[in-house]
Amino acid sequence: MTAISARQRPAPAGPAAASLAFAWRSLLKIRHVPEQLGDVIGIPVLFTLLFTYLFGGALAGSTHGYLQFLLPGTLTLAVVFVTVYSGVTLNADLATGAFDRFRSLPVWRPAPILGALIGDLGRYLLAGGLVIGLGLAMGYRPAGGAAGVIAATALVLLFASALSWAWITLGLVLRSPSAVMSIGFVILFPVTFMSNIFVDPATMPGWLRGVSDVNPVSHLVTATRTLMAGTATAPPVLWAVASAGVLTAVFAPLAVLLYQRK
Amino acid sequence: MKTRTTGIIGDLAVETDGLVKTFGATRAVDGVSLAVPRGCVYGVLGPNGAGKTTTIRILATLLRPDGGSARVLGRDVVREAAAVRRLISLTGQFASVDADLTAEENLVLLARLLGHSRIRARQRAGELLDAFGLTAAARQQASRLSGGMRRKLDLAASIIVTPDLLFLDEPTTGLDPRSRSALWETVRGIVADGTTVLLTTQYLDEADKLADRIAVIDHGRVIAAGTRGELKASTGSAGIRIRLLDPAQRDRARDLIASGQAVTVHDEPDPAIISARIQAQRRPAAAGELAAHALTRLAGAGIGVSDFALGQPSLDEVFLALTGSQAASASTEQAQPALAGTEAVL
Repeated sequence: MTAISARQRPAPAGPAAASLAFAWRSLLKIRHVPEQLGDVIGIPVLFTLLFTYLFGGALAGSTHGYLQFLLPGTLTLAVVFVTVYSGVTLNADLATGAFDRFRSLPVWRPAPILGALIGDLGRYLLAGGLVIGLGLAMGYRPAGGAAGVIAATALVLLFASALSWAWITLGLVLRSPSAVMSIGFVILFPVTFMSNIFVDPATMPGWLRGVSDVNPVSHLVTATRTLMAGTATAPPVLWAVASAGVLTAVFAPLAVLLYQRK
Repeated sequence: MKTRTTGIIGDLAVETDGLVKTFGATRAVDGVSLAVPRGCVYGVLGPNGAGKTTTIRILATLLRPDGGSARVLGRDVVREAAAVRRLISLTGQFASVDADLTAEENLVLLARLLGHSRIRARQRAGELLDAFGLTAAARQQASRLSGGMRRKLDLAASIIVTPDLLFLDEPTTGLDPRSRSALWETVRGIVADGTTVLLTTQYLDEADKLADRIAVIDHGRVIAAGTRGELKASTGSAGIRIRLLDPAQRDRARDLIASGQAVTVHDEPDPAIISARIQAQRRPAAAGELAAHALTRLAGAGIGVSDFALGQPSLDEVFLALTGSQAASASTEQAQPALAGTEAVL
């Protein structure tokens, strides 16, 4: 046994190294349990196909015409929906013995959460990439070119990671992964549908248009749409960045606090 | 034991004073005071729900106590939690490895977190997999390993950097006998390297075989503590257990054994078995004399004996006496079970 004793104690990993180690863990999990990507793949594909072919003709006269309007919206919608799983997986993770061990290690305490979030960015990127790829195959042509698409995707990812903190907070408060999932979607459905993702709010009744106009998702979609079309102006982009900032400022400290107390 | 620069403060690995943790109306830990010397295996024994896991979670800085104080290796678990975490390692009640990752990835991840370089982390994982006989399973997901192998991996993960204090929360729950004794052997090896082990268990034989000192916990309180010998001496007394060839002779046998001896004779559920225990604390040789007396008398009366055991009470009896006497304080003399059948030491 003496052979396996290791009295030399290296200095534990710092906050960044520890977070990256946990991000590596998230990626390994995707590799070993690829089926957990089911939702990440299913949601974007379903949304893009269903909304284009179901509503396209009715809403815009042709599916092709509607797709040009819709695709930046489904990109946002798909990635935003996938963020709920950050809270769901964290909640499931917290119940495992492995997490107890992580918490008893001499590393920066929020590292497991931050690491998981970094790993989740990979899933968001995959979801976004699927929508864009599928859209291109279906005939979507972004006038903003590759630069516009990359900028739009980056903005969506920024917002998604900010929103993730809200679900992580929920994941720390609620008892089961399914509770996180149901509450997450109960919030997300109205928030995403009462926006300009599917239709121009001009046709909505006044009160609903009011809701849509202040909805941060609408600003994000406008920013995404204009970036991809190459017609972006500063205000919607700034609004989207600001709402990501507010979400992070509120929920990141709250999540870390709740996690420390757990 | 090798000395080290970090933390030789006092000679106690764990010192708690009146530790309290409540969950709503439940006092899960209700004034636990422990003193665990360095370098030993300390067993915390108790039934399910006694507060063992909660106590460990407080000591491993995962839970804040609601009252009392706890010091681990001289550091306060609340105020100096970060320092405590550098010296301890925790193996939780259910395997504390990531079920989705492979055995090797689990070890590499922890080695990286503990500060090893990428190369050194792989080396260390390899060393440990080798030492624990897990090399063939290195690339298997932990969820596919057998219970025993998973527990081995768990222990390997706990000593990537040899801790000063290792918490093992019910390490052998759900393991088959062979895996259990293999695990005990590993734990003994870790202790021989100078690590103090605090172990919780609900298995008496585990505490008996592994722990140098034992605290018995029930309803969040320590109801007895000491070495195995002290615990046994405090509640049990030596005795004999005899199986008769003919159950019909039990009444006569009972009278013969009891006559002229300060013993309590007890009929066991098996109609052929009779047991006797010495009533008061007496000389160590008393049990032997009792046995000689009993066998001579039985032989003289022509009563055949098919099986015979002589020994100290098992920890089972001690435990039942301690936890049972709280519930039913009446007639403790009779409530104390006789020598446990198959466990009795010859």
